Amino acid sequence: MNTLLHIILYAQIGLCFFCLYRIARGPTIPDRMVGIDIFGILVVGICAVLAIITGRMFMIDIGIAWVILSFAGTLTLAKYLSKRKLNE
Amino acid sequence: MKYITFFLILFLFWLLLTFELSVANIITGAVASLITILFFGKYFVNDVKKFFHPHRYFWLIVYTFVFLWECLKANFDVAYRVIHPAMPIKPGIVKVKLNLKTGIGRTILAASITMTPGTITVDIIEDFIYIHWIYVHSTDPEVYSKKISGRFENYLKRIFE
Amino acid sequence: MNSIIGVILLFIGLLFNLFGCIGLIRFPDVYNRLQAGTKCVTLGTSSMLLGMLFFFGFSEAGIKAVITIPLLFLSASVAAHALIRGSYIFGVKIGDQPIKDDYKEQVETDEKNEVK
Repeated sequence: MNTLLHIILYAQIGLCFFCLYRIARGPTIPDRMVGIDIFGILVVGICAVLAIITGRMFMIDIGIAWVILSFAGTLTLAKYLSKRKLNE
Repeated sequence: MKYITFFLILFLFWLLLTFELSVANIITGAVASLITILFFGKYFVNDVKKFFHPHRYFWLIVYTFVFLWECLKANFDVAYRVIHPAMPIKPGIVKVKLNLKTGIGRTILAASITMTPGTITVDIIEDFIYIHWIYVHSTDPEVYSKKISGRFENYLKRIFE
Repeated sequence: MNSIIGVILLFIGLLFNLFGCIGLIRFPDVYNRLQAGTKCVTLGTSSMLLGMLFFFGFSEAGIKAVITIPLLFLSASVAAHALIRGSYIFGVKIGDQPIKDDYKEQVETDEKNEVK
């Protein structure tokens, strides 16, 4: 059981590299922002798996805080996007 | 009346979020809820009487299951498009007429459309909702408005209006 | 028994996350990437949180995991909405030849009003 959980944890961490690829290579700025947004949601999944493996309850509190903070961050970035034009 | 209902909802949410019944925690929660109401109370639902109609909660539960089913379908739809070697996509933005009047109903409809197969809400301007569609099946307004928002609007009308 | 159901839910969540991330890499433009990313990753993470409920039962952590799910759905859909509107106004094109684009006229009239 413990091995399975560790496999899930490492696979979930591996998925973050897909997002990092998109953040590094994304041709336009909105592409990078989509990468950041998805990365924030994946971290919540990592928090959930870590809470199960270590048995520490406070991990899910970190997850809740991360949802709210990444939401606020994405909204701020999107607001900045809609006020500027490409090729300027 | 409006502010009292809002306060109770926020306070209940705080208690669920912290899960602790000590005096210090209750006082912190009450103060935090009061500060939130001071800033954001005016944006809350105006017609508070609707919170005391039991049949609305029944339709809310039915709606939750309908929404979950659509959400699952959406995921298999996206998975099919991702795995398919040729990636069958044909994107476009369509305009659909809204039948809902209240603000919260429109918000929930927009959020639901974002989570259903191949559609994302782009904007709401006056009585029209603009939707990005990953595969435009037809360009006839009646066909696609039934396909996109018809599933949810009947339930949302019963819940919020 | 409960932990077996939990692990199955975690695996389903992982699978959906994988589809979402492959979509993020494979799709050609920002709108389609957002479609794949938001839907699949949100449902996958919700499935993981539900799996956590099966591990902890109805204790403190389990109930917190359940109230994170609606929070996640609302915040993810509003964030997707803001991002897609931002990137349209920013000037990203919808594919090579969009079938239908009703939003264009609206944005253009808005810009004219702003100039005035």
